[in-house]
Amino acid sequence: MKNIAVIAKRELASYFNSPVAYVFLIIFLILMGFFTFMMGGFFQYNEAALTTFFIWHPWLYMLLVPAVGMRLWAEERRMRTLELLFTMPITTTQAILGKYIAGWLFLGFAILLTLPMPITVCYLGEPDLGPMVTGYLGSFLMAGAYLAISGLTSSLTRNQVISFITSVVICMFLVLAGYPPITNLLLKWGASNRLVEFAANLSVMFHFESMQRGVVDIRDLVYFVTLILFALFTTNIILKTHRS
Amino acid sequence: MINVQDVVKWYGPMLAVDHVSFQVKQGEVLGFLGPNGAGKSTTMRMLTGYLPLSGGKVEIGGFDIEEKPLEAKALFGYLPENAPAYTDMSVEGFLKFTASIRGLRGQAGRDAVEKALDTCHLQGVRRQSIDTLSKGYFHRTCFAQAILHDPPILILDEPTDGLDPNQKHEMRELIKTMGKTKAIIVSTHILEEVEAICTRAIIIDCGKLVFNGTPAELRSRSAEAGCVTVGLLNVSAAEATPALEKVDGVKTVTLLSEENGRALYRLAGDKGRTGLAASLKAFLDGKHWNFDELHTNQGRLDDVFHTITSTDSAKEVHK
Repeated sequence: MKNIAVIAKRELASYFNSPVAYVFLIIFLILMGFFTFMMGGFFQYNEAALTTFFIWHPWLYMLLVPAVGMRLWAEERRMRTLELLFTMPITTTQAILGKYIAGWLFLGFAILLTLPMPITVCYLGEPDLGPMVTGYLGSFLMAGAYLAISGLTSSLTRNQVISFITSVVICMFLVLAGYPPITNLLLKWGASNRLVEFAANLSVMFHFESMQRGVVDIRDLVYFVTLILFALFTTNIILKTHRS
Repeated sequence: MINVQDVVKWYGPMLAVDHVSFQVKQGEVLGFLGPNGAGKSTTMRMLTGYLPLSGGKVEIGGFDIEEKPLEAKALFGYLPENAPAYTDMSVEGFLKFTASIRGLRGQAGRDAVEKALDTCHLQGVRRQSIDTLSKGYFHRTCFAQAILHDPPILILDEPTDGLDPNQKHEMRELIKTMGKTKAIIVSTHILEEVEAICTRAIIIDCGKLVFNGTPAELRSRSAEAGCVTVGLLNVSAAEATPALEKVDGVKTVTLLSEENGRALYRLAGDKGRTGLAASLKAFLDGKHWNFDELHTNQGRLDDVFHTITSTDSAKEVHK
């Protein structure tokens, strides 16, 4: 446990030691605001809810979370510090968890900075708090899932650009898997209904949407946790076998 | 302290390290030599548990590196090739991080960091970000990380690489001092370094161990070892060469240079025979020839290194 904390602390410090953290946070908040107010038409909606806010999260995270995750391991490989890290008396799992938790906490911090949004809504009207809380929970879990996937692609390469592009594509699939263009394509290719349904169930949208409505279904939680654990487990195997 | 047995490493179909075995005891500084690409760094990476072994066994202080990696890794400090470090951290921050990973927390951690900063002369740059450091400081920062927890074993991959002559000298002194109480492996391709700091040397070539012995033994392998060099004054080569060939014990006479009335010779006797210089001195005194140089050659390390690592015949001998 202590080793995980030490690794996480170092990782978090390195975000804030470089401009990366500040640039990310500013861009994150600007885009959140832009999409909610300009694209989503928050005021025109005239409703005391965060629907127009949460609806953009899967799309924004698709681009922004890989930007945080791409450096997790690619940077260590490029700087050769991977060799330093893995010859210290820690396990690969501890290193992975430490770095992952640091990234997730950082994303959580970014999400917390959007709290003026719900506060504004509460000030302007009488919103239902339940969907707001579960929406934030879903958003945080979704960021965690994307981050785990970005970490996985990051462990495969020393090149951050490759890591970024690959994880954006995977995250895009996870967003789009339930959409008609994809499901229709699968049907056209002769996939069975069950397979199409399975693909649609892989979509984060499917699971995030119910959380936005204020429903915390155990199946949605299982989905996000499974996705995260699967990605971290695969990262572990990659880092153990593919080091030089 | 370090026990390497029949270690093998395959990179796909390529055999990078071929059944290498050696031991390092406490109080020993082992020089690990070999041409570039011979498998030095690969071997070191297997010793430190970074790369999995394809075969064989590595024990660090009695702990198998693959079965008990945490216990084994706690016993050594490692300076990887090119001395990597987290460049976005300050020198002090980086060392504090390593201290806490090594389990040195609180006062013990602070003391260890201070000591490492002092030993490696990093006090002046302790708050500086690592990526702004010059190469010498950068390198020493990574070295500081390796010695921070005062480990009984040090594994150093090219510790003097990129240092200026003064820093090199200092680094060698440091290794020598530490070598009295620790078990140290130093990889290098600088031969003078082996002479300066190592109590024993091994040479690896194309993944195979081709030499394991003291630097003096290595030297004595040289064709030149035991030869006598003599510089004669005011004697012409035409006169001197036939005369020298008749000296007792001399087998071959080689004229190295002749200029301004000075003839420089190298005389080789029978292998293993000593006292060639003495009989030559007696001969020269008898002839009343003047000389300004007369010494027995120690053998040149680079000579031996060259023979051992590049000719096929040498490899056959050691198989």
